[in-house]
Amino acid sequence: MSTSGKGPVGVEFVDLHRHFGTVRGLDGLSLAIEPGELVCLLGPSGCGKTTALRIVAGLDHPTSGEVLVGGKDVTGVPTNKRDMGMVFQAYSLFPHLSAADNVAFGLKLRGLGARERRKRAYEMLELVGLSVHADRYPHQLSGGQQQRVALARALAFQPSVLLLDEPLSALDAKVRVQLRDEIRRVQLEVGTTTLFVTHDQEEALAISDRVGVMNAGRLEQLAAPAELYSSPASQFVAEFVGLTNRVPAQARDGRAIVLGDQEVPALAGSVAGDGLALIRPEAIAVEPDEQGTATVTQLSFRGPITQVHCELGGSELLVQMASAEAQQLTLGGRVRLVIAPAPVLVVPA
Amino acid sequence: MRRTRSLVPLVGVLPFLAYLAVFLLIPTVVVIVGAFTENGTFDLGNIRALSNSATVDALRNSVVLSGSTALIGGVLGALLATVIASAPERSLLRRAVLALSGSLAQTGGVSLAFAWMATIGGTGTLTVLLQKALSVDIYGSGWLYTLHGLILVYCYFQIPLMVIVFLPAVDGLRAQWREAAETLGASRLQYLTQVAGPLLLPAFLGSLLLLFANAFAAYATAAALVSQGSPILPLMIRAALTSEIVLGQQHLAYAIALEMIVVVALVMTAYALLLRRSSRWMR
Repeated sequence: MSTSGKGPVGVEFVDLHRHFGTVRGLDGLSLAIEPGELVCLLGPSGCGKTTALRIVAGLDHPTSGEVLVGGKDVTGVPTNKRDMGMVFQAYSLFPHLSAADNVAFGLKLRGLGARERRKRAYEMLELVGLSVHADRYPHQLSGGQQQRVALARALAFQPSVLLLDEPLSALDAKVRVQLRDEIRRVQLEVGTTTLFVTHDQEEALAISDRVGVMNAGRLEQLAAPAELYSSPASQFVAEFVGLTNRVPAQARDGRAIVLGDQEVPALAGSVAGDGLALIRPEAIAVEPDEQGTATVTQLSFRGPITQVHCELGGSELLVQMASAEAQQLTLGGRVRLVIAPAPVLVVPA
Repeated sequence: MRRTRSLVPLVGVLPFLAYLAVFLLIPTVVVIVGAFTENGTFDLGNIRALSNSATVDALRNSVVLSGSTALIGGVLGALLATVIASAPERSLLRRAVLALSGSLAQTGGVSLAFAWMATIGGTGTLTVLLQKALSVDIYGSGWLYTLHGLILVYCYFQIPLMVIVFLPAVDGLRAQWREAAETLGASRLQYLTQVAGPLLLPAFLGSLLLLFANAFAAYATAAALVSQGSPILPLMIRAALTSEIVLGQQHLAYAIALEMIVVVALVMTAYALLLRRSSRWMR
């Protein structure tokens, strides 16, 4: 089912700056979202991701730079003329309207007749699995249901672009995962170009075509989730996305020597000479060995995986391994650490 | 043990319950009983007297006074509340208007009546000033001491009262509702008429009812301004209790008071219903 008769369009940020007094909320953000793509902007609080989204929506205005939608500059276009659906963090449904009337609100503004509006609203509620609650008011719906209605409302008028501003942050963990998958399913079904803002890396990695990691108003890296995780372009990305060990290393000629004598490829952007290799916990294997140089200091069972803390030369390393394999380890036991031959980023010590 | 614990909060509110009993419940019972008795026996004469032309006129005047000041105060107060709601929480404008409103809403009685008399009464400062400077007579035939004058003077405390009771509703409008409406394609006017207006309507109507009840039961200001005749119900009660011309009308006063209690009770019930509706929305 495609809700958009207009076809998906691309969105482009061109050198966006947004200054709040002396604070640079956005500092030269440039980014292109392909038609029909779902891109997440991920970053810590205050990194500028919500500011960027609000500028796309027209709810905020850049100090300089442009926003292009379908190749057209919309920077000066008022919000109500931008043809964008938006889902907010929470509490954005109109409390005096039923779920169906909320969904039909945008259609009413576009002059659709009552019967057509009602039909369309039910279709959209069906899409998010809430048609049975069409006549309920927001205060009669759970938080997750309200966000589903908000999603249906944002898509009902077939917007060019869908904007989601941390739509899951006010929900509990279980509902968050369910709705996260629901949003992706619906987005793939309707094919609307989507910009999703979140500070939750798991959320971003799970549903995006590409993830843009932001820091201090700038885009650190824009890449597919797997690439972002395995080949971070900067220390910030490596440390913000996923868990990372900082291991002393020597880098030269595209190779890095870590843990004494183990050699692995070094990612582009690595420093030469002495530095710290950023290594994922699952890229390290732990083998029981009486002659090993590391000691197991903590075992933390997490269901299918176990987190193993090892002490090596005065520093601590975190390892993640299958729980079945971790059973052979004992607290205080000597172990040997083996680094997987995957590329690592080496940063200044 | 559990029973004892559940009674503890009740002990805490006992003084308040006692206060309600002494100053609300007992007087209400006394009024009801008094309205239906005469010389210690059941009598409907005083209730029937409520249909006398003088009492009906007083009721009509009270309703006109309360209704018009509720409407004028409500509209102007709501506009003022909307203006200060757009100011930052800690802004000087907001704090000043709120502080002033809190004070003016409680201003009434002789001091308020005197302030108006001293300003636009027969020898009021402004009256004299305008008379001398522009030969304009704003005093006229003494309209300040009629129903029209009461309407003007009552607005003095009705407007700030509206600001105080309506501001929380305006503050309760979430920015996300406006932004959501805009992203859905609504203009400013469409947001006002289709989102903000319907959301504020119950609170606005409820506030009007509260203002109505406030004016309907007000006595001291009217008593200080109007010394001749009894154009409104509270002054008619005064006349029934203190008149030296027609004696023994204490039970008619009870009947009029009962009439006022019924009107205020109806108004406050409607107010509570409207408030419940809007508070559910604004939660």
